[in-house]
Order: sequence, then C-alpha cells, then structure tokens
Amino acid sequence: MEINIAGVKFRNPVMTASGTFGSGMEYAEFVDLTKLGAVVTKGVASVPWAGNPVPRVAETYGGMLNAIGLQNPGIDVFCSRDLPFLEGFDTKVIVNVCGHTEEEYLEVVDRLADEKSVSMLEINVSCPNVKQGAIQFGQDPKCLAEITGKIKDRAKQPVIMKLTPNVTDISEMARAAEAGGADAISLINTITGMKIDVERQKFALANKTGGLSGPAIKPVAVRMVYQCAGAVRIPIIGMGGIATAEDALEFMLAGATGVAVGMMSFHDPETAVNVAAGIEDYLVRHNISDVNEIIGAVQV
Amino acid sequence: MKARMTMTVSETEELQSGIYSMTLAFPKNTHLTVNPGQFVGIYPNDQTALLPRPISVCRWDEKEDMIRLVYRIAGKGTREFSGAGWGDTFNVTGMLGNGYDLSEMAGKRVMILGGGIGIPPLLELACRLKEKPGTRVTAVLGYRDSNMFLREEFENASYRVYIATEDGSAGTKGNVLDAVREQGIAGNTDIIAACGPMPMLRAIKCFAGEHGIKAFISLEEHMACGVGACLGCVVKTKNVDEHSHVHNARICTEGPVFDAADVDI
Repeated sequence: MEINIAGVKFRNPVMTASGTFGSGMEYAEFVDLTKLGAVVTKGVASVPWAGNPVPRVAETYGGMLNAIGLQNPGIDVFCSRDLPFLEGFDTKVIVNVCGHTEEEYLEVVDRLADEKSVSMLEINVSCPNVKQGAIQFGQDPKCLAEITGKIKDRAKQPVIMKLTPNVTDISEMARAAEAGGADAISLINTITGMKIDVERQKFALANKTGGLSGPAIKPVAVRMVYQCAGAVRIPIIGMGGIATAEDALEFMLAGATGVAVGMMSFHDPETAVNVAAGIEDYLVRHNISDVNEIIGAVQV
Repeated sequence: MKARMTMTVSETEELQSGIYSMTLAFPKNTHLTVNPGQFVGIYPNDQTALLPRPISVCRWDEKEDMIRLVYRIAGKGTREFSGAGWGDTFNVTGMLGNGYDLSEMAGKRVMILGGGIGIPPLLELACRLKEKPGTRVTAVLGYRDSNMFLREEFENASYRVYIATEDGSAGTKGNVLDAVREQGIAGNTDIIAACGPMPMLRAIKCFAGEHGIKAFISLEEHMACGVGACLGCVVKTKNVDEHSHVHNARICTEGPVFDAADVDI
C-alpha cells in the first residue's frame, strides 16, 4: 500500500484534506491517525486570520458550501501548539500554506524550513492575490508558475501546489505548476457555488458565494485529475467528494498517486481510514501486489 | 467526552405544529455525562443530506441512559426525524459543546429566559438546578401563542413560571423581557440563563448589562463538523479567543453557552 511522492514515503495513499481535519486535535478522539498516509493541516498564514462573517457554511444536495475564509491561528501558534501535537502520532504531516502576497507565503515557508516533522508543504493558491486585483494565484498560469518558483527556491520540504478548479483549463495550470518546479500537484480545491434561502429570500452565506465540496463534485474532480495526468509528469494527489474506497480508486485509476478525504470526514470521521482499508481489499480481490500498479491504469 | 454512536429511537411525539419530541437511547453501557445546554449532532439517514443537525438535549435520563430532544422542523434533516418511529436508528455524535455551568448557578436565584424553540435545553438546566440546595429557579417562557410546549414540565421544575405570548393570549403580551419588566422580577435575580432567537439574546445582553446581572446565553450558528475542526460556526468575541487567536470562538466547542459579556452579538 506504500506510495512515494517526491521522495516522501506514505504507508498508504490516503490523506485528510486541508481544512477538514483542523490540525488533527479535534478528530484524534475519533480516528486512529496512524492508519492514515498523512494528515494535511488547515491552511496556515503568517499571522492569525479571522476569516469571513457568518453564516459561512451551508449544506447542499450531496455536499456543502463553505466560505470560512481560511481562519487560522497563524504560524507562531501552529508551530508552538499544533505541530507538537501531530508529532505525537506516527503519521506523515503535510502543512498547507496560504497567504495574500508572495511575501506572506514565503514567511511561512521559511518558518517551516527547520521543522523536521513536516514532510511536505501544500500551497493553497486559491487565495486572492491582493496585489493582482484579488484574482487567485492559481487562476493565472503566469502567477502560478511564478509563486511556485519563488516557493521552491526557499522551501526545504517538497512542494505540492494545490490547484483550484475555477479555471478554464486545468491542465494549463498543472503545466504552469510543473514549469515552476512543483514536486507534485493536488486537486481539486472547492468549486465556487451559491445557495439562496428562498423562505428568507437571502443568500445562505454572508459571503454570497462559497466553495462546493462533497460527493456532488467528484465527477468534475476525477475528470480534472485525468486531464492533469495527461499533461504533467509530476505526481498528483486527487480529491473531491471521496466517500468510499471505490471513489478513491477512480482517482487513482485516473492518474492520482495519493488521495485525500475532505468533507466526508464531517459525515463520518472514520471515512479516511475505511477508504484505506477498502483500497487494500480491492488489491487483494484483483490480485494486485502493489498499489502503484493502478495509478493511471484506466484503459482507453 | 465525545463519541460517534448509533442511537435508537424510543418515543416520538408531535408537541404542536412543527415541533416534535424524540427520545433516543444511547448504545448499551455508554454512560456519557450530559451537561445542561450540551447538544448532539444527529445525522439524517438520507445520504444526500450529509451534515449533522445540532439539536440541544431537552432532558437527560441518566438511569435509563436516554436523552430527549425537542426540535422544530427547519429543513430536510429535521423533517426526516419527525417521521421517525420506535426502533429507528440514527448516527449521532455527542456530547457536544460546553453547556451551562451548574456550579456558577448553584445556590443562587436563577432567572431562566426561554424564547420559542430555545426553551427545550433550559428544561434540563431547570431540573438539574432543582437538585442543588438553595437554588431558586424562576422561568420566563416566551411563546408565539397559547400553544405552550414544555410549560407543564417547567412548572414542575421551577419555583415560579411566567409566560409571555406574542399574541397576548396568555401571560404578558410581548416577549420574555416584557414579562420580566411587567412582573418586576429583575431585582430578585443573581444570574440569568437564556436561550432563544438572536434578537432576544441581544436584548438580554443589554438588559443584563444595565442591571449588572451575569447572563449566560446559548448561541447557534450553521455548523458543518460540529466538533471544532471546520471553524464554520463562530461568534465574534470581545477578547482574542485562546484557541483561535482571533476574535472568534467556536459555538460548537467554546460554546454554545457563553457569558453574554464575552461575545459581540
């Protein structure tokens, strides 16, 4: 079940998706973290961020919208409180990084450089680039390649660029990340959506729009992973509505090396662990000795 | 202590239009302690509605290891719950939230203020305070009209019950604070415990501030995870929160009960 991404070995391909597992503390009561390939932390910024006004979550059919706005306690608290907590568990730690400007990203990247317990960095480029009229870093290929390059120059850990699906051509973005030097890409982040409360005649979210996640987005995510797998050679971590091992296997057959479980942890905290166990069952049933054999194995 | 469990429906009842009662049994030998004001995250069996519905505990039966929920139909999930019957099961995460601090209220003159669907969790509080020697509970319950669910139970648990109805068909015409003023009972109160719609809680915060009375209010906000991981359900705080390091506290974890002076509502 072991996979290798940019030289980092994971006991199995299953990770938790950033933003859905806090920094591990809240779910450690319910889940055996040692059964996961990795925990991917909530996005960490250079200073504490408060996020958006409430309401900032809303359920949708087979999914949910969130406009949390990347609330996080900042890198100082992350290093002094959250990282030590995760160090107590035998599971790999991938830290998700967010920022409003290149400088902010780099500050966090620099601070994490000496943290031995951090195996990889995942860069959230769905943050609005306040210096570029608030277009998200990941929505412009030039911006994406540039920020990737700047981070790669400074990072001690391998770098995953987490792609936003809210673009016209996801493979163009994948190529931009690879050109910038990314060691891997992860996708998809949430899809921009909206919900209206018809009885109150108001937007369900104070922010009006939010990111859609959950089973509803899986077909879009699988399609995008497949497109990216055809466009770049770097490994892909696939996510978007994974609820079962079968869902995860779709992503792997489409070309993903690793997979992440996000929203479904809210539905059942055991989901990620069950997905890992189910992938193992699948390998046994199909007489496959190494999980790496199924990566990109979907037949034309 | 939090756990994810399968709970079994024991009794169900429609109390009045749109308001239902459901009693759930914990799995055998669970023995979780329930604080008044805590809630559970109860999952619809409809797999297209994936998030837990946060519903406060109305009554805890420690001996039988059961909880009673009283809730109103607000959407898909609660509509499904209202159709449940004896023997049906639901996935439930509990016990969630902090609840009211009984030690702060024990031995004091407590004014319980309940507005509409905010009333149910206050019943467990009243019943637990009744067990604390020297505690005197005055309950002020606000309803829309003369359909006054749980009134009888409060009569049995409290020193006095006052009623307010929006349409004036029983008690004071108006809301709970109108009843408090009309009855002149603010002066005999050491501490307030409230639950109800946000405008009511805002008014109570002001009222408590004016009278120098400590008030504990139970808040709600749309939730996703219910356990403190997603940061969806925050309330603005007066001071920087110890956990978040910003002026936000999680209603599901630092709350739902807050000192009214500590939150910016």
